[in-house]
Amino acid sequence: MTEENHKQPPVLKVRDLRVYYETPKGDVLAVDGIDFDLFKGETLGLVGESGSGKSTAAMGILQLVVPPGRIVEGEVLLEGKNLLGLPEQALRAVRWIKLALIPQGAMNSLNPTMKVSDQIKDVIVAHEGRKSKKELKDRVLELLTMVGLPGRVYDLYPHELSGGMKQRVCIAMAIALNPTIIIADESTSALDVVVQRVVAQTMLKVKQALGVSMIMIGHDMGLMAQMVDRVAVMYSGKIVEIAPVKEIFADPKHPYSQLLIESVPSLKERKPLKITEGITHDPRNPPPGCIFQLRCPFVMDVCRSIAPPMQEVKPGQQVACHLYQPSEDGSFINVADVVGNT
Amino acid sequence: MSQMLLEIRNATKLYKQRRVGGVKKEVVALQNFNLSIPKQPASIITIAGESGSGKTTLAQLVLGFTHLTSGQIIFDGQDISTADARQMKDYRRHVQAVFQDPFGVYNPFYRVEHVFNMVINNFQLSNRQSTSRELMERALNIVGLRGEDVLRKYPHQLSGGQRQRIMMARAYMVSPKLIVADEPVSMVDASLRASILDVMIRLKEEVGISFLYITHDLSTAYQIGDQIYILYQGAIAEKGNTINVIDHPHHPYVQLLVDSVPVPNPDVKWEGEIVLPPEEEMRTTVHAGCRFYPRCPARMDRCLEAQPPLYNVDNLDHEVSCYLYDNKTQAVVTTP
Repeated sequence: MTEENHKQPPVLKVRDLRVYYETPKGDVLAVDGIDFDLFKGETLGLVGESGSGKSTAAMGILQLVVPPGRIVEGEVLLEGKNLLGLPEQALRAVRWIKLALIPQGAMNSLNPTMKVSDQIKDVIVAHEGRKSKKELKDRVLELLTMVGLPGRVYDLYPHELSGGMKQRVCIAMAIALNPTIIIADESTSALDVVVQRVVAQTMLKVKQALGVSMIMIGHDMGLMAQMVDRVAVMYSGKIVEIAPVKEIFADPKHPYSQLLIESVPSLKERKPLKITEGITHDPRNPPPGCIFQLRCPFVMDVCRSIAPPMQEVKPGQQVACHLYQPSEDGSFINVADVVGNT
Repeated sequence: MSQMLLEIRNATKLYKQRRVGGVKKEVVALQNFNLSIPKQPASIITIAGESGSGKTTLAQLVLGFTHLTSGQIIFDGQDISTADARQMKDYRRHVQAVFQDPFGVYNPFYRVEHVFNMVINNFQLSNRQSTSRELMERALNIVGLRGEDVLRKYPHQLSGGQRQRIMMARAYMVSPKLIVADEPVSMVDASLRASILDVMIRLKEEVGISFLYITHDLSTAYQIGDQIYILYQGAIAEKGNTINVIDHPHHPYVQLLVDSVPVPNPDVKWEGEIVLPPEEEMRTTVHAGCRFYPRCPARMDRCLEAQPPLYNVDNLDHEVSCYLYDNKTQAVVTTP
């Protein structure tokens, strides 16, 4: 599916996006120059530990960064049009209609004093103008069916619903205006596994039915394996690797991606625990060179001075790491392997 | 003296709920629950289940924050509901807690050392600064930290993983016999969880502290747990050796639960769809039969009559509360 879609121009292009947070001791470089493309009908997973800038990147794309944060520079091209610098009025025509967000802890974002149906209607009316009662009711019921909720939810208040049902109401609201892109920020992480599975399967079904593209933010690699087509691994404000989901699990290239995959607890075998510390440097003052050098088991001299560029080491698999160098025939070799063999 | 460190006998806990219109209802948080942890060897006992399964109620009962409606909790031969003040203080020392939120338990105005000083003063572990410092250092070393790195810091300067390990160090300092760890890793980043699990293993193996590990995450339990109890709506669905139970789940609910854990392999996708019940009305009634009945794909009429007892399966340390495994019914059981 994604193979063909990659030939078309991407629906979303993010180029050198930088979002910094101002603090008395200098700026925190929360998102520090990220680039990626999102194709039609594709789900891209954005993974990384807390503080790696995943959620901030989403806020940057939606132009919802609030002080002390600010977008320093970059381009967010939605179907070729740069969103950065657009006036608020023009952005309103994009948010929710083209770019919908399922925020972190979405189920707590519902208004407790309004019926579910009225909240969904609100979204439609605010963006599309007034409609007849009948038309609105039909649309809301159709949306509820789409996310697998029974019609009786229409007249209920949020407190009468379970967490999974509330989460599905949020999905219904996100798709109410038939968006081009849905950004889901940790949208199932507060749910029990069985409910999480129901919500995740609902999202997959909705995505297929509407052909929307999706950015899924999270740190549960198991869920990523189930849901996404490609994975972008973030570390301390930078994307260190982007690859098809199968490659990320089968053959992760960046040492941080490798660590991330190794630390996924398994239900199949008991293995020794992989112990790591979190981000160790001050995010206000990252070390020169590679962002991962302080934790990298393969760190070399070059990593301490020169930031590795993004290179495509395999079709569709890009990694920013000095370990991979082009050989004479154009393929990439791992420098550590060569040193290890001689 | 008892051979058991902790015994929970026939524990039932009901919460009263007042409904509009004056009708009182009772929520069953725990029903006829039994558990025992031997003194030797130290072990990690996992209590797993979804929200509302009663696992946090169990933690609160063991910690003495709330009391049983009926049944007994016996620690080292002493029923804690009849313990006097001195015995209770002793109990509070021997049973320590680590909670879910690694930020909420700290007072943000104090440096990390304050946490340790409070314990030292409360239990009069030392009255000299140098020995206090030594105690702190020893406790921190066990959890893989160094005093000079963390003691003078404020909680916000540490990662979630470090904060939870400091809580483990604090608990270790009073030489407890049991640590109740209520979701200690669920709010910590996936990549940092291993460091906390590792501390639990070391405290168990090197110091001999047992754990009551309460979690909804089967995969971490699978990595470190000895025995597991899987709860469904306040009752044990299945219990036994962690590996046996998770590798070969027998109860229909546990099969669904294990099957729903997302597999970190893009080639193994979820199969089939599941439908959640629209209502869980059985929740609020003291109900005679199996609590999973409304959702169970293999339900029988018999399941409504009484809560199924625990049947031993596979002749191993593995018991299931389900009539499918009553040898007399001879039911054909399909395991996935």
